[in-house]
Amino acid sequence: MSGTDWSEMQPLLSQACWDTLYMVGWSTLVAVVGGLPLGVLLVLTDRGGLLQNTVANKVIGQVVNIARSMPFIILMVALMNFTRTVTGTTIGREAAIVPLAIGAIPFFARLVETAVREVDGGLVEAVQAMGGNTWTIVRKVLVPESLPSLIAGTTTTVVALIGYSAMAGTVGAGGLGDIAIRYGYQRFETELMWITVAILAVVIALIQFAGDYAARSLHRRGGRSGPGPKLRLLRAKDPAAPDVGKVA
Amino acid sequence: MITTTGLSKVYRSRGRAVTALDGVDLHVREGEVYGVIGQSGAGKSSLIRCINLLERPTAGTVTVDGQDLTALAGRGPRAGRELRQARSRIGMVFQHFNLLSTRTVQDNVELPLEILGSSGKERSRKALALLDLVGLADKAKSYPAQLSGGQKQRVGIARALAGDPKVLLSDEATSALDPETTRSILQLLRDLNRQLGLTVLLITHEMDVVKSVCDSAALMAGGRVVESGTVSELLATPGSELAAALFPVGGEATGDDRTVVDVTFHGEAATQPVVSQLSRTYNIDISILGAAIDTVGGLQIGRMRIELPGRYEDNVVPIGFLREQGLQIDVVDRAAPQPALPKEGAK
Repeated sequence: MSGTDWSEMQPLLSQACWDTLYMVGWSTLVAVVGGLPLGVLLVLTDRGGLLQNTVANKVIGQVVNIARSMPFIILMVALMNFTRTVTGTTIGREAAIVPLAIGAIPFFARLVETAVREVDGGLVEAVQAMGGNTWTIVRKVLVPESLPSLIAGTTTTVVALIGYSAMAGTVGAGGLGDIAIRYGYQRFETELMWITVAILAVVIALIQFAGDYAARSLHRRGGRSGPGPKLRLLRAKDPAAPDVGKVA
Repeated sequence: MITTTGLSKVYRSRGRAVTALDGVDLHVREGEVYGVIGQSGAGKSSLIRCINLLERPTAGTVTVDGQDLTALAGRGPRAGRELRQARSRIGMVFQHFNLLSTRTVQDNVELPLEILGSSGKERSRKALALLDLVGLADKAKSYPAQLSGGQKQRVGIARALAGDPKVLLSDEATSALDPETTRSILQLLRDLNRQLGLTVLLITHEMDVVKSVCDSAALMAGGRVVESGTVSELLATPGSELAAALFPVGGEATGDDRTVVDVTFHGEAATQPVVSQLSRTYNIDISILGAAIDTVGGLQIGRMRIELPGRYEDNVVPIGFLREQGLQIDVVDRAAPQPALPKEGAK
C-alpha cells in the first residue's frame, strides 16, 4: 500500500477541502436565510404568541418535522428534479448545495425556535408597552437577545452539514468525504482515508471553537437583566433589613 | 387622568374561568401618585396591565388622558397603530426591569425613541439627558449586567420617560429591590412626579411604598377595589383597613371586661390633654396600650390605643366624650374579621 503519490494527492486534497467549504458555506447561508424566519414564525404563531395562528403553526411544524425525518440520502434523490431546475445539473458541488440547504433549513429552524423561546417574555412586553409592533419586537428583541444561541445553532448546523456533504460526495459532489471514499476506501489507500478524516476533524474543531468563542463573547456582555430568583427570596426574608417605613 | 369603569378581566383556560378583575372603578387624578395595594392574586397586576391594554379587559373601559383606550383596541390580540401610539405616551416600569441585555444603558433608553422614529442625534441627546435625570450619566456605555438592581431600575425609569409620557405605570417596581434601594427609587418617583407633573399609578404589596410616596391609595381583594381615596380621607375613615395598616398601633386587651379604643389625632386635636380630662371627668383608670406619631402622605398624625375598664356598654358615655373633642374614635372589636391586607413580609 505504498502506492500513494503525495505530489499527486496534495492538489487533490486542497481542491477537496475547498469544495467542502464551498458546499457547506453556501448551504449554511441558505439554511440561515430560510431557517431564521421559519423558526421565528414557529414561535410567533404558537399559542400565546404575538401572531397566534394555530393552523399556520401546525402546518409549518408538520412540514419541518417531515423534512427533518427524511434521511439525507433519500432527500438528495427526491430533490433531483428540483436540483436540475435550479442548477441545471444533478452532479457536482453546485448541485449538492440544493439538497444540503433544503435539508438544513428545517434543522436550523428548530434550533432558532428553541433559541427564540428562551428570550424573556418580559422584554417583549416592555417593547409592546413602548408601542412597538411585532416587526420591531422581532428585530430589536427576539433576534438580538437570542443571538448567542443563534450562533451556537449555526455552529451545530455547519458541523452537521459537513457530515452531510461527505454523503453528498458519494454522488459526485466532490469534497473531502468524496476523497475519503473513492481514494481511501475504494482504492484501499488507508493512509489517505485517515488523512481526510483528520482534516475533517481539524476543520470541525476549528468551526466549533470559532462558534463557541463568538457566542461566549456576545454572552459575556449580556446576561440576565434581573437578579436571580434565589437572591430575591433571600433579600425579601432578611430580618436584619432596615425599616423602609421610616422614609417620609 | 386615568379612569376605569366596570373593568373586568376573566381568564379562560381549558374550560375553567378565573375572574381576575371584577368591575373595578378607579379614578387617578392628574399629577398624583396613586398606589394600589393588595395580596398576590388580588388582581393588581391584571389591573395595571389592563390600563395600557397589554391585557385585554373582558368588559369595561379604560380612559387615559381623555382617550378611551378600549375603543382603540380593535379585535384580535394584535395592537393597532392607534393603540401603539397611545401606549408610547404611557411609561411603564417593571419589577424585573426588562432591559435588553445586548444593548448598552444608553441604547436601552433610546429604544422607545427608535420606535417613535426620532433621529439619531435627538435620541442620544434625550437619552443622555434622561440618564442624567435619574443619576446615571456615567453609566451610559455600560451593559445592564454590569449594574446593580437599583441602577437597572433607574435605567428602566429613564426608558419609561423617553416618550415624554404624562402617565407612568409602575408594576411592583421596587419588589425585587432591597429596602435601601427601594427607598431611593421611591424618592426618585416622587421627585419625577413633582418636577415633571407626572401622574404615577403604582401597584405594590408593600404598605411602606404607599406610606412613603402615595397621595391616594386603593386596596384590592378578590379582583375588587375594597377601599379607595386620598390618604388623608382614608385616615379619617372610621374602621378603614388601609388606614389601620398605614398607621398601625399595637396592644391587646388585658382582659375580657375591657374596652379597647383607638384614638386618632389630626393636627390641632393632638395638643389637647384628652386622656387626663377623660380620666378626671369620669373617674376611670385608663391604660395606654400603644401610641405613635408619624408622617403619612406628608400629613402629621398621632394614634393611641387606650383601654377602658368595663365592656363597651359601660363605656358609651366616655367614648361619646372623646368623639365630642373632635377625635376619630375606633372601638377595636376583638372578633374582627381577618383583614384583606397583606401581613408584613407576606407575598
